[in-house]
Amino acid sequence: MNYMLHLPALIIALPLFAAFLTPLIDRAGKKARNIFVFIFMAITFILCILLAKDVFNNGIRIYVMGSPDPTETIPSQAAVPIRIVLEIDGLSAFMILISIFISLVGLIYSFSHINEKGGKFYTLFLLMVVGMLGMEMTGDLFNLFVFLEILSISSAAIIAFETKRGMPVEAAIKYIVISSIAALFVLFAVGLLYGEYDLLNMAAIAEVMKFTNIDKIALILFFSAFAMKAGAAPMHMWLPDAYGEAPGSMSMVLIVTTQASLYALLRICFTIYYQHLNIIIPSAIIILGLISIFIGVTMALAQEDIKRLIAYAAVAEVGYILLAIGVGLYGILHGEIDKYGLRALQGGMFHIFNDVLDIGLLFLVAGGIIYATKERNLNKLGGLAHSMKYSSILFLIGLAAVAGLPPMNGFASKIIIYEAVYKVSPILSIIAILASIIMLAIFVKIFHSVFTGPKLQEIKEAPKLMLLSMIIIAALIIFFGLFPDVIIKNIVDPAVKSLIDNLPYISKVMGG
Amino acid sequence: MIYNLPFITVVILIAIGMYAVIFKRNLIKIAIGITIVESGVNLFLIALGYRKGGIAPIFTNLPPDISPEKIPSKMVLPVPQALTLTSIVIGVAVLALILSLIIHIYRSYGTLDANKIRRLRE
Repeated sequence: MNYMLHLPALIIALPLFAAFLTPLIDRAGKKARNIFVFIFMAITFILCILLAKDVFNNGIRIYVMGSPDPTETIPSQAAVPIRIVLEIDGLSAFMILISIFISLVGLIYSFSHINEKGGKFYTLFLLMVVGMLGMEMTGDLFNLFVFLEILSISSAAIIAFETKRGMPVEAAIKYIVISSIAALFVLFAVGLLYGEYDLLNMAAIAEVMKFTNIDKIALILFFSAFAMKAGAAPMHMWLPDAYGEAPGSMSMVLIVTTQASLYALLRICFTIYYQHLNIIIPSAIIILGLISIFIGVTMALAQEDIKRLIAYAAVAEVGYILLAIGVGLYGILHGEIDKYGLRALQGGMFHIFNDVLDIGLLFLVAGGIIYATKERNLNKLGGLAHSMKYSSILFLIGLAAVAGLPPMNGFASKIIIYEAVYKVSPILSIIAILASIIMLAIFVKIFHSVFTGPKLQEIKEAPKLMLLSMIIIAALIIFFGLFPDVIIKNIVDPAVKSLIDNLPYISKVMGG
Repeated sequence: MIYNLPFITVVILIAIGMYAVIFKRNLIKIAIGITIVESGVNLFLIALGYRKGGIAPIFTNLPPDISPEKIPSKMVLPVPQALTLTSIVIGVAVLALILSLIIHIYRSYGTLDANKIRRLRE
């Protein structure tokens, strides 16, 4: 069997297979189960790298489910693609790389603190990975809905994992109510498009898109549902609860799950509706971005729970991504793509990776603190640097990265965003920079109150596996900060290229 | 007009469901609201799939009075039905999850009133 040909299907099938086998392996003991899950995730990671490398070198990859020939998108008896098509272009490849990498690091972290009910935990975790990767690879609208629901159900169950505390369940029920309503909006919009064009394939719909009123309604439904799931303010109310109450490692993985929704938003705007967009959509994205930055930063000031505080910072980071993407789209529509549009999109896409690394590292350190002290309230923590030396250094790195200080990765992408946004409107750029400065102030305050001061209690450093995963992320943060050009040239640019031109995506499926 | 009836029902169902989700305080009623919205969407998909004079794409049950060359145009592509089945299955999973979360909420908070379940907002 030519496994390279079947890579896209294998990437979805392997974690799915492992997910339902994990409870069985769990019977053989904790160690066997951990090794089993890790091996399957590592294989998926390698397959994703192979696939992404292939996409970056040879262009869009396509895989037709259930067809004797996986590259035959339109069967000989039909005029349109009727099978489920997985389509991986530069954008999808970029997103699956981020998702699988972060999930793998999150898994290593989980080994150190998930002991009870571990079999169920890893099943849910693997299903989450399946949902994410599926959403990012599929070329079919209904399939997108199915993976979205797999993702929502498993993440809700993961958020509620520590049921005994009560609060995680509250966060989870908020999350599942909101995301199931959002998913039903998506399904309704899919129905609208199907009723009009009798098509479900994204590329096929993009080709025949007429932008009638029905299409506009569908666009609004898609846009609001995915913006809500991506955590854009003012639809962010579920996000701090969900991130704040999830188990330590999963707060970071939840960031990539929201980014999968962000990806779906990009796919809808930049592939299906690309030729028909008017000024409203980029303006809406820019406004959402600004509100997110503003609300994220101001609400973070008032928080006392360490993880909720970081979660609000995550809302602000989503705002930066949306701001950059909105400005990029605005530039494209005004024909000023070379002047600032391309640069803004580059900054935005690069910031997607940086966002999850920075906020993820802070979440991991916070998880370590909570694990060691059993305390989440900032007012009751103090003097931890005496006993948690490595954690405090790692927190400092995350802090500098999130505030956009050189030489961290946050600086590398934020400077591009500031530069591009400045050319559209200096005021937007100033707001973004100010928010970054406030973020620095907030995190310096946390660092001061949590790590410095006299020793309050006798505690141990976070477990080795936790530190290992934090160090992996921190190393990447510094590497991205020192060599941003390497990353931008190799993995960000293909993603940007597939954003600004949807014709290859369409012609790969429709032919010609 | 009569052919629009299913779509009118869809709008009414979704409106009732959204009303329950937004304004009701009891968690069970919110769960019911989600189910009603879901039935509305499912009905929408099914209504879309109706084609006047179309037949189910099962070759063994072909009516004898249809000439063979007309078969493909008479048969309806069963995509909306397949979508609806999938969506129903997903809906059941979501509902089961919501209800089990509600059980946990009741255990730790002793109430189902959404306004009293607010430890996170304090």
